[in-house]
Amino acid sequence: MSRKPNILRRGTPFIWLTGGALAMSLLLVAGMLLLILWKGLGFFWQKDLTLLRLNNGSAVLGEIVEREAIPDLDSPGAPPKMRVKVKQGNRDLYGADFVWVREDEIAERERPEDALAVERLGWGDFFGYLKEIRDGDKVLAGGGAEGLAKLQELLSADYELRARIAKVEKNQIGAINDAIHGAELELKKLAYYGTTMGPEVDAQKALLAEHQKTYDELVLDLTALRRKQTVSVTLTAEGGAMSGGQQKEKTLPISELVEVLQPNRMGLGAKAAHYASQLWSFVSTDPRESNTEGGVFPAIFGTVLMVLIMSIFVTPFGVLAAFYLREYAKQGRWVSVVRIAVNNLAGVPSIVFGVFGVGFFIHFVGAGIDNAFFPYMGNTPVFHSGGILWASLTLALMTVPVVIVATEEGLAAIPKSMREGSLALGATKFETTWSIVLPAVMPSILTGLILAMARAAGEVAPLMITGVVKIAPALPVSASFPFGLERQFMHLGFHIFDLGFQSPNVDAARPMVYATTLLLIVLVLVLNIGAIWIRNRLRQKYSAATAAI
Amino acid sequence: MNTGETAINRIRIEVPQSSARPVAPARPAAHAPGIEEAAKGQAPEAAVTIEAIDPAQVEVEVEKVNLWYGAKQALFDINLTFAKNKVTALIGPSGCGKSTLLRCFNRMNDLVDICRMEGTIRVGGRDIRDPALDATELRKNVGMVFQKPNPFPKTIYENVAYGPRIQGVRGREKLDVIVERSIRQAALWDEVKDRLNDSALGLSGGQQQRLCIARAVAVEPEVLLMDEPCSALDPISTGRIEDLMIDLKEKYTILIVTHNMQQAARVSDYTAYMLMGEMIEYRETKELFSRPRDKRTEDYITGRFG
Repeated sequence: MSRKPNILRRGTPFIWLTGGALAMSLLLVAGMLLLILWKGLGFFWQKDLTLLRLNNGSAVLGEIVEREAIPDLDSPGAPPKMRVKVKQGNRDLYGADFVWVREDEIAERERPEDALAVERLGWGDFFGYLKEIRDGDKVLAGGGAEGLAKLQELLSADYELRARIAKVEKNQIGAINDAIHGAELELKKLAYYGTTMGPEVDAQKALLAEHQKTYDELVLDLTALRRKQTVSVTLTAEGGAMSGGQQKEKTLPISELVEVLQPNRMGLGAKAAHYASQLWSFVSTDPRESNTEGGVFPAIFGTVLMVLIMSIFVTPFGVLAAFYLREYAKQGRWVSVVRIAVNNLAGVPSIVFGVFGVGFFIHFVGAGIDNAFFPYMGNTPVFHSGGILWASLTLALMTVPVVIVATEEGLAAIPKSMREGSLALGATKFETTWSIVLPAVMPSILTGLILAMARAAGEVAPLMITGVVKIAPALPVSASFPFGLERQFMHLGFHIFDLGFQSPNVDAARPMVYATTLLLIVLVLVLNIGAIWIRNRLRQKYSAATAAI
Repeated sequence: MNTGETAINRIRIEVPQSSARPVAPARPAAHAPGIEEAAKGQAPEAAVTIEAIDPAQVEVEVEKVNLWYGAKQALFDINLTFAKNKVTALIGPSGCGKSTLLRCFNRMNDLVDICRMEGTIRVGGRDIRDPALDATELRKNVGMVFQKPNPFPKTIYENVAYGPRIQGVRGREKLDVIVERSIRQAALWDEVKDRLNDSALGLSGGQQQRLCIARAVAVEPEVLLMDEPCSALDPISTGRIEDLMIDLKEKYTILIVTHNMQQAARVSDYTAYMLMGEMIEYRETKELFSRPRDKRTEDYITGRFG
């Protein structure tokens, strides 16, 4: 009597269940990545400008960003009426970047060829038309094609001027400021230790006076350079559709303009080139307008530097701890307890580590350092406040269990015969550990480091209280002690939170949230691929796992 | 019933010398007496040992060695001497303590926390537990080749140079000389001379084991311990390593643990038979295999058990 086992006993539904669960997870991940890719990369694409003429005689010029049905509770069965969301820009003129327009109110849609999209330093984008260009009172050009050509020419001249101004401002004045600050600190230090007169003080004072003189000269240079930026541009805007509609004019100094485009005249090639340049300026420039405009370079820098500092601390500590646990400690109940504790430490909420970082690193270690090395700073904290060093150490603490566990697993996988082979040649235990075990366990250490970096790069909560800020005045590096380690810094994860939920103009910043998120993912990916590449090279060199036979 | 007889016959054919004694057909190997029974079946008697080793030729002396793993005794009152420049085989069923005894000679048992030894072992006349003698110094003199080839995950060159480097040999030329000499001694030179900087893990099992032998002889030990060196190898590699052992005994005193009685018969000058942690019989190999004096030895070599 051969009975076919029924479907439940054969487990076919279980196979479907397992496959389904995997497919679901993959779909979720792929969907998330696709959404972020689409929204993030779309941010940099220059859209066409549309002029909507409305039935009431007014008009609005801008990018159409969204179209949706108007919720109509009174007549649920009727075909839905649609409305479009227009990014009209010109926040300074009309109060809001975005405006909703009902489609049944639109009389006409136009695509004006000479419409301009102007990226400017303040107030977001400006959409409108060129009216005239003036240099002081003198009119240089009117609107139209020749006006635009003149404008581009003047703009590129102004870029050069701006570069010179930036050089004076950032490099020269920055350096003098540092020097003045240093001399002042020296004086403070001398005064603290009781020297208020004498050659040392005189020397510092002379230095200070000299720096001050240079500073004043530089400021004069700067003012002279700024005086050269006399050109102003008058633009007209169409908007305010909801408030009767007015044409408004705006005159901007040329130094306010970042880029002037005619999107409706740009072909695919021009748009692609513009896309690439936008992408580059996003990753390479500083943010503006409380982070909603400009780039995210300081945040990238801060994130990468923080992860690197963390790696420098977490790897040796984690590896040494794992070596003790696996190679030297007498295995038994006590070691098991320690091991379980370490494993559980990896599951502690990250904000707990943040609180510990504040309490221990900042208020204990930091305060101690300030008392010991910077007592003359008075109430100005150096290390007794959040900074990149403390944030990195906090994350190192948070990720050290990951490194310990990975290293321990690697050590356990190294066959006993390999160690015995070395000991039998007369090597000491230390020599064996150093020349045989350590190279063989290197890939596992790197696996641990990869996991630790991935976790650290994405962590935000503990950073918010240990040193990350919305806008940092300077990058967390400097040439002189303490090398900027004490400085507060910007971080991509916090940047996303800040843009998406804390900015004054959430709607306008939303595309940037996606772009920044995408960047964070790419950054984690790049860091990981780097580490994986190193690990694979090491694996080829010391493929211990296959050596075991 | 038949299975027992076949097994016995098979072994007897392979070890024809033992046919001198009649085999009791009433005790089939299928439920052959366990080791314990075999041991208890006889009144305990002193091990049969050789007297023939010239005291001047003794390299390793074992005196009243008892060894415990925790509360369990693994070696019982072992007394032995091993001759210089000879191959001595330790045979016996699994768990009889032959590997444990072997690992005493280079103090590998020190690595086992619960292991405790009493008695004296002298290598080259020196007590291995002399406080003035460090285990690492001893191990330089007493090399070891393990059951499974265990090359380091390094290049072939670095594997062999590892021991000399540990001993403080510096300088590429000196190391080159040592590496070549050692690999030649291990009869591996022609196969690897063009790829010394390749990973040792790319070698075949037999080559890896010969590399391990090269690695062991690179530090020029007096004694070479081999713990079932061929058990993971195919017959051709085994044959090579056996030939190698016969070559190597000109320079080294070789102690080999093996499960393979044919191997012991082929390569060794002396053979010691151990059972349950006791030394049962230790004589010249030919003698032991052709005319075992102890009933238990005879049972083992004729395949009655084990």
